[in-house]
Amino acid sequence: MAAEKKLAGYICTGCGIGERLNVEQMRTIATREGKLGACKTHPMLCGAEGVQMIRDDIAAGEATHVMIGACSRRSKMEAFSFPDAAMSRANLREGVLWLRPDTEEQKETTQEMADDYIRMACAEVRFMTVPSASGEQELNKTLLVVGGGVTGMTAALEAARAGYPVHLVAEENHLGGVWTDLYKRVPFRAAAADVVGSKDIDLPQPEDPGVDALAERIRANERITVHLNARITRTSGAPGRFSADISTESGGTVTENVGAIVQASDFKPYDASNLPEFAYGKSPDVVTNFELERLAKDANGGPIRRPSDGKEVTSVAFIQCAGQRSDKPGHLPYCSGFCCTESIKQAMYFREQNGADATVLFDDLRTPGAAGEDFYRSGQQAQVTFSKGKASEVVSENGTLKVHFKDLILNEDTAMDCDLVVLATGQVPNTGPDPYAQLAVEEAETEEEKDAARRKLENAPPSILNLDYRQGTDLPQLKHGFVDSHFICFPYETRRTGIYAAGPCRRPMDMKQAMEDAVGAALKAIQSAENAGRGAAVHPRVGDLSYPQFRKEGCTQCKRCTVECPFGAINEDEQRYPLFNESRCRRCGTCMGACPVRVISFENYSIDTVGQQIKNVDMPDEFSEKPRILALACENDAYPALDMAAQAAQMGDGIELTPFARVIPVRCLGSVSLSWITDALNTGYDGIVLMGCRRDDDYQCHFVRGSAMAAERLSKVGDTLQQMQLETERVAVYEVAITDIQRAPQLINDMAATIEKVGMNPFKM
Amino acid sequence: MTEVVATNETILVVGGGISGLTAAIEAAETGKQVVLVEKRPYLGGRVTQLYKYFPKLCFPTCGLEINQRRARQNPNITVLTLAEVTDISGDKGNYKATVRISPRYVNDNCTACGDCAKAVEAEFDDEYNYGLSRRKGAYLPYRMAQPSRYVLDPRIIGTPDADKAKAACKVDAIDLDMQPQDLSFPCGAVIWATGWQPYDAARIQPYGYDRFPNVITSVEFERMADPNGPYAGRIVRPSDGREAKKVAFIQCAGSRDRNHLLHCSRICCMASLKQATYVSDAYKDAADVTVYYIDLRAIDRFEDFYNKVRAIPQVKYVKSKPASIVADKDGNPVVHGVDTEGYNRYAERFDLVVLAIGMEPAVPKDGFPVPIVVNREGFIEAAPENGGIFAAGGASDALDVNRAVQHATGAALRAIQVVNSVRGMEV
Repeated sequence: MAAEKKLAGYICTGCGIGERLNVEQMRTIATREGKLGACKTHPMLCGAEGVQMIRDDIAAGEATHVMIGACSRRSKMEAFSFPDAAMSRANLREGVLWLRPDTEEQKETTQEMADDYIRMACAEVRFMTVPSASGEQELNKTLLVVGGGVTGMTAALEAARAGYPVHLVAEENHLGGVWTDLYKRVPFRAAAADVVGSKDIDLPQPEDPGVDALAERIRANERITVHLNARITRTSGAPGRFSADISTESGGTVTENVGAIVQASDFKPYDASNLPEFAYGKSPDVVTNFELERLAKDANGGPIRRPSDGKEVTSVAFIQCAGQRSDKPGHLPYCSGFCCTESIKQAMYFREQNGADATVLFDDLRTPGAAGEDFYRSGQQAQVTFSKGKASEVVSENGTLKVHFKDLILNEDTAMDCDLVVLATGQVPNTGPDPYAQLAVEEAETEEEKDAARRKLENAPPSILNLDYRQGTDLPQLKHGFVDSHFICFPYETRRTGIYAAGPCRRPMDMKQAMEDAVGAALKAIQSAENAGRGAAVHPRVGDLSYPQFRKEGCTQCKRCTVECPFGAINEDEQRYPLFNESRCRRCGTCMGACPVRVISFENYSIDTVGQQIKNVDMPDEFSEKPRILALACENDAYPALDMAAQAAQMGDGIELTPFARVIPVRCLGSVSLSWITDALNTGYDGIVLMGCRRDDDYQCHFVRGSAMAAERLSKVGDTLQQMQLETERVAVYEVAITDIQRAPQLINDMAATIEKVGMNPFKM
Repeated sequence: MTEVVATNETILVVGGGISGLTAAIEAAETGKQVVLVEKRPYLGGRVTQLYKYFPKLCFPTCGLEINQRRARQNPNITVLTLAEVTDISGDKGNYKATVRISPRYVNDNCTACGDCAKAVEAEFDDEYNYGLSRRKGAYLPYRMAQPSRYVLDPRIIGTPDADKAKAACKVDAIDLDMQPQDLSFPCGAVIWATGWQPYDAARIQPYGYDRFPNVITSVEFERMADPNGPYAGRIVRPSDGREAKKVAFIQCAGSRDRNHLLHCSRICCMASLKQATYVSDAYKDAADVTVYYIDLRAIDRFEDFYNKVRAIPQVKYVKSKPASIVADKDGNPVVHGVDTEGYNRYAERFDLVVLAIGMEPAVPKDGFPVPIVVNREGFIEAAPENGGIFAAGGASDALDVNRAVQHATGAALRAIQVVNSVRGMEV
């Protein structure tokens, strides 16, 4: 880094800025109050010439810190991209001009707003540093894949095909995992040939499961090291420098260093002994869909025999959703997604190999997509009987089974006899204990709470990863024990950086999807290892080289940061100081917001880069009738909503923002330090509006828990206000969505109305 | 003139919807060079036209904001909009792609200030809103469009409106002399992410989409429900603007049907459940929603969402594929059919009928500029014969957003395998 800071400002006079604002006054403010060495103006700063002017100044060493007064930081991002300089942007166009009416009487307050944004941007950039990697990062291209099933094998093989070495760890003594016993698999493709004379001519048929072939390719691949009969007994480190102890049943342990991890622990078959109503465990001729594969494999293309007496099966009933889609205790509330096509396939075994009657009792037959629907047709063509019915009981009588069910089409209770009943049971995620349940034990404040927290862990499964993380041993769970995070836009937005879940441990799925998922997870693991090698963040702040820096001498070992980090990035050292693992960090700043003594910061985002913006606003006195409202807005949702409100206003739809607002984008509401709030109140802000994103079960925060953590912390702001004898209405916290184009400015305007009601803050400085 | 710097280690991504955008970003963030080609003037594709996502009922623009930022900040990605791939020749690891770029008539000086739109008078059907509203001849396709540059509709070129637009622009961003441009460049692998389009509802004759204004498609309903859309989020009847409280959703409209699309379009059940919440949110107890379905395919964890919607008493479910829709004398659509649970005939009057329209591949079977293995429905199959060309997302099957993104992330790795082998990468 250049030793000498050179602060330079650039104010654009285009897009109406020059016409509506006193640019000369802003320049003066930038140099005198903002302490910039120079401040230039340009009629079109984002154009080639304007950008070149800034580039030249940076190249000549005239500007190490750049303040740009122009449009929103979301506009012209490509033009105003100067990786070698620290940069702040005063949002004069969207943030001021477009949201303010162009009238004579509003001119003064609009100008004051713009002046303040210049002051704020100058203050921000003064306290910024261009981030550079710490130098502690390591590049390790080897991956660890945990799980020897089809998911894990696919992840390993596809990563190896891209050139990356893999350690593949399987719990069993062979590859294949839970998929080993498959006789055939549901076909991956739809029909290729068109319908001929209203007849489907090449509907997909059950096909070789490919599990052995996959295992063979793994064994033949010199980039893949297979560890059988093995579990991970300890994982430490971070992307780029994970260290994993791989322990075998025989007691040996090897330690491997890897760059990133794929967890492909698949599923456990549902325990059908929870289904006594279907005579499971009472009659050997009631089997699960998983067990049926074994019978089919043993039959090896010949007639399938029933377990009780070896008789060839002449009629079989499939009970769909057995122990699934049900809120009964011991049942799975979800649909396992694979069992409809699985039962079709198995029914086709019986049609083909036994010539038996095969009936599928279903509620909704779920065979989505082109391949799914074609396979359903394939089952129909094979004369499988599909009957919309809900089975209630299976009774074993004199060597036959009677299935009682409600025929949903005829709306009547009925029964059928058969030799064999197959229960289409579901997938139970094979995942470790919930890390937040583990954390809750430690965090519990009373013995009672501790006991309650412990009880939740009583039947917890063994750990898969044995992470030595402060926040528990395994990947966090989303619901029903599946390890996942955001599951719409970003299926691999993991909550433990560098560790990616793939396959049915993430959500229930069939083999085709599990294999596709494995490829995606392998890519993310590779990407994480590569970025860790550069010291760069991964999604969503991709490429950010900053990392949390920590002033140890000020730390009180309160542990808030280690508990609140949404990504479990912070451990504790022996003296209980936080131990940051920078490549696990996603740069959300939640730790910074959590820290009561303000010792955590980032080079490009810190207590000062925001706190100084707050302090540098010009504060009119109590009698000026010019209140000041601080709005801290999540940069991903609330801030874009305000920008789009400005766009809408510019095109004439009448939205306005109070000229008393001073809006500061924050990385996440979780990064908001309470000190900003108390400082703002102490220096005379009349109201504060905090806008984060939705934080319930359907949370939208891409830093997962940031918004929720902020809400919890800010719930205590009321005490501060009371101590200061200020009205509690002066601070408001809202969940704001990116689509809240009308509402976002309205919430700030509402605060202006509140201040009119409660009066100005007496603590004006 | 647009230029593209590329080598046979470059990955070409065809289609800038959520799948193509994801594939491009994921490959670029792994350090690969990517050229992303999009036919529309902006990135994001059909997800930009959705109001909410199931099952979280959150807003697509939220994730899009992140993806746009990732794409814009990444120097490894070259984006070409208004561009279509016209030819691909060569083999895996060594392709030559030809792309035709149509003129935008607006250069990158554009600051998206909107002055040109204010000056232009001509209006056209707004394709972003499926023609439910009009837009100017100079337009920003929608507020969050990236690149954030206006577009001149080619139909105003040569008219006085074009000159007005040019005169209104203070930053010299309008170039009326722009011509179509053909670009050729090398690439090692191709990700085909051209997505889907709604099936032509007018072809489902018994439902009268082309005859009854109060029969609309699910994609149109999505625009209607969006508070920033053409109806300002009011759920109304297009015929007379009256509140539409009694709404039917007809599943498998065009899907699972020998006369139309053979496949199940996967998303429509979930989409209708989601849209049922739009109606119940708008009209609370006065809402009256019926979902006509064959099978409710709330697969895997989506079952939770189905349960959530099932708990809304104003939403009923009838297992039936309706036979026909007629309009009564007041223009109300009346849905006729047989409830297969109990075999009762019904003729039910509604304010509005929403057809849960099927997804078909956006590129017709014979429309690919390169040989590629497709199934009978026109979806691309994963096949070794495809060489270094890999499908991502909706071009490969009817997929929801999550699965499209998942699939596209995998496609990025498959393309990386090819370009890494071109490089002879040894790790």
